[in-house]
Amino acid sequence: MPVLDIESLVVEYRTLRANVKAVDRVSLSMEKGHTLGLVGESGCGKSTLGLSTVRLVPPPGKIASGHIVLGETDIINCSDEEIRKVRGKRVGYIFQDPMTSLNPVKRIGAHFVEMIHTHEPEVSKQDALKRGKDVLERLGILPERIDDFPHQFSGGMRQRVMIGLALALGPDLLIADEPTTSLDVIVEAQIVELLKELKESLKLTLILITHNIGIVAETADRVAVMYAGRIAELGETGDLFEKPMHPYTQALLNSVPNITKKGQVLSWIPGAPPDLAEPPPGCLYHPRCPHAFDRCKKEEPLLTKRNGSQVACHLYDKR
Amino acid sequence: MSLRSYVIARVLLTIPMIMVLLTFVFLVVRVLPGDPASLHFEKRVSPEMLLDFKRRLGLDKPLIVQYFEYLVGLLRGDFGKSMQDFSPVSQQIFSAFPATLELAICSTIIMVLVGVVLGVQASRSYNSARDHSIRVFGIASYAIPVFFLGEVLIMIFAIYIHLFPAGDRIYPGMAPTGLTIGGLHWSSGLFVLDSILEGNPTKLAVSLRYLCLPSLALGTVLCGIFIRLTRGNMLETLQLDFVAAARARGLKERTVVYGYALRNAFLPILTMMGLQFAALLAGAVLTETTFSWPGLGRYLVDRISFRDYTAIQGVVVFFGILVAMVSLAVDIIYAYLDPRIRF
Amino acid sequence: MVQLLPQLSNLRQRGLAGWAILIGAAIVAAMAIMTVVSPWISPYNPIAINVGPILSPPSAQFSLGTNHLGQDMLSRVFSGGAIMFQVAVLSVIVCLVVGVPIGLFASYLGGYTDKVASLVMDSIYAFPGLVLAIAIAAMLGPGVVNMALSIAVVYVPSYFRIIRSQVLTIKELPYVEAASIMGAKSRTILFRYILPNVIPSIVAVATINFADAVLTSAGLTFVGLGLPVSTPDWGWDLTYGRRLLPSGAWWVIAFPGLMVVLLALGFTMMGEGLSELFNPRLQK
Repeated sequence: MPVLDIESLVVEYRTLRANVKAVDRVSLSMEKGHTLGLVGESGCGKSTLGLSTVRLVPPPGKIASGHIVLGETDIINCSDEEIRKVRGKRVGYIFQDPMTSLNPVKRIGAHFVEMIHTHEPEVSKQDALKRGKDVLERLGILPERIDDFPHQFSGGMRQRVMIGLALALGPDLLIADEPTTSLDVIVEAQIVELLKELKESLKLTLILITHNIGIVAETADRVAVMYAGRIAELGETGDLFEKPMHPYTQALLNSVPNITKKGQVLSWIPGAPPDLAEPPPGCLYHPRCPHAFDRCKKEEPLLTKRNGSQVACHLYDKR
Repeated sequence: MSLRSYVIARVLLTIPMIMVLLTFVFLVVRVLPGDPASLHFEKRVSPEMLLDFKRRLGLDKPLIVQYFEYLVGLLRGDFGKSMQDFSPVSQQIFSAFPATLELAICSTIIMVLVGVVLGVQASRSYNSARDHSIRVFGIASYAIPVFFLGEVLIMIFAIYIHLFPAGDRIYPGMAPTGLTIGGLHWSSGLFVLDSILEGNPTKLAVSLRYLCLPSLALGTVLCGIFIRLTRGNMLETLQLDFVAAARARGLKERTVVYGYALRNAFLPILTMMGLQFAALLAGAVLTETTFSWPGLGRYLVDRISFRDYTAIQGVVVFFGILVAMVSLAVDIIYAYLDPRIRF
Repeated sequence: MVQLLPQLSNLRQRGLAGWAILIGAAIVAAMAIMTVVSPWISPYNPIAINVGPILSPPSAQFSLGTNHLGQDMLSRVFSGGAIMFQVAVLSVIVCLVVGVPIGLFASYLGGYTDKVASLVMDSIYAFPGLVLAIAIAAMLGPGVVNMALSIAVVYVPSYFRIIRSQVLTIKELPYVEAASIMGAKSRTILFRYILPNVIPSIVAVATINFADAVLTSAGLTFVGLGLPVSTPDWGWDLTYGRRLLPSGAWWVIAFPGLMVVLLALGFTMMGEGLSELFNPRLQK
């Protein structure tokens, strides 16, 4: 049984102008021990997708339809109390900006104690602090620092603390939303190494949300590429990087500068992501796609299976 | 900057401010009208009487001398003499002050409580009808003159429904006597405190009953800024990452709202309380008059009708120093509490 | 001024702030008009005594009742705003004439001037406003001008502070520096570069100044530092109406009181709306 099963999820942002589908009929499934990289441009809906797994989509966003099942729990329809129990205990969440994700007036130890206490009230304060210290040590932070305040840590260490908090209760699933985006390159590499190591030793089930394809290449088993709220391509990491099928995936991979390729001309994708309040007809990518033909402008491509992966593109959908 | 250097700097800043204030009041009362002594007498008064009057109050000396005597006197706690009976104003000030203090404290409690609770409610239902009506209330409540609100409250709750008294501070004979150990007496002047010290629940109940309407009036009129401050702060904080992160850790919503978001609003609220103290005193003047509350405010208004300019000066100076002290205390407490400054 | 107009022209699009300004302005304008045309619309002479029975409740003949002198409350309500408007306008004018130049020069010149001015202004600002106004009004005596002066003294620091914070920011902006490098005279820089950008904030403060002036003048009247009795004035009716309450004559204090609240509210809404407009808070 998969750890997480998402089926045809639609998440809408209801504004005065229009109903914007931030996530449009996305289906995903995560097996235990698996790592999925979820990539895409800013605004493609990947963060919204991540937040919806714990029902934390901020208003005016709302889950409109679909299913999200975590183990045996129906995430969308369960009670407020049940979803609260899921958060932190069964799903660990790492947010993008470690500077602002920790409560500045609370010590790190207090963060641990509070969380452990909420989910396991029988645990004493000492034990909770001990667990916190163990976690910090595991992540390469001196356990004495459990008494410090967030502002006394550097960015990279704060992110480790966040990872620690996310893992402290041994969750089934870990979601990391842009965990390295606000860190500098060297610290980023350290965090990526840390995630890889934790993945191995703890057999983590991890969803890694990022716009940085590089880290996905290193850590993920499978990659899902999102565009304008839909999945454009989904496949094994190796396959996707070597033989990307969807034009968008190809363009993404091409736009990453490669230090080894001599004389490479830096390419980019012309145009801009569509205005989801007034989306173009047919395939959402067609205005920017070099291979677009007639059918692309009229008919929306659905995900079809090809060579072990899935891709939503008329080029591969010979029907 | 460490806490100690901050405190020192802050105290050093207060001194020139108080000096400016004292000088300003002196200029207004002694210089502006020309001669406060003659102004005091409505009818004609003989030059000998006027001179004698001035001599007894020290108003006959050259201005510079008066100024220095005024400053030196303040250092000794001398706030001048009343024009009415030449008694020391400080006596009246210190006997009337506890009443004003008690009113100020109770009004502050109501002001902050109502303001914060409504502010939180508004922020949690952003852009709803409830949010808008709370915001309108916040603005409207400030537009109501406090004495008008006081009168309305008296009309409704004291005259139509005899729930609360219509004025004064206590029923004659019910004044709490405070702590008595052996033969020694001590009372703070704050009736609520004194009745607790005395161990007399009846007096406590009566004191509170008298306090209700005046502090309700004063607190309501000033709560608007707290509504806005709390609401704004909460809206910002509730959107912040660490609140989302707290929710993602499965913390209860109530913990998140009150423990996380509100905690961060706490410090600005504290600062605002300090800033509002001046407004509180100003409002107290009107409130005390409306409710015949025997505090400093009523004493001030009283003195106006008697043209007792020296007493007016004394009270105004006292107010100024009081505000400066409170402001200093709040700043220091703030610096102490904010871990970002402390560490 | 150039900046002011475009922001004002799309008022309706500005949502809540726009509405606040429009409604507030409408209220103020309505009351001003009412006060001005009061001689023509008042059924009775507001100062004439015994036009009706003493202390009669609102009726067909006297829609808002009569007071203890037999004066018609409706007429008094129509014309009672005159004093308040005069005091408010006068105090704002004094503040503008005194506060704006001090604010501009002190903060632009910097150094000692700025330090001294800031010290004085901050000290006055920290003081309880009404108490200071009472002290000044008590010494100056009754009258519209004196009331206005007391209020103005209390309020000048607010103007000073806003102007100062604006000037300090604008002073550092590149285009101002460029102008001084190109040899523009200080006076030119001050009046042609800095002042126009400061005007929006001044307008916002002035509007709130109006509101506070209304409330403070009511307060001053309440403590006995208002005007001689003859002129109809909401503040006076509010003050005297107190004594009539125990006998059940609520209408004497209620309607003038409502008027004061409405006028203060109108100005406050304008002021809040304008502040929001010129310093929009970022909303999601």
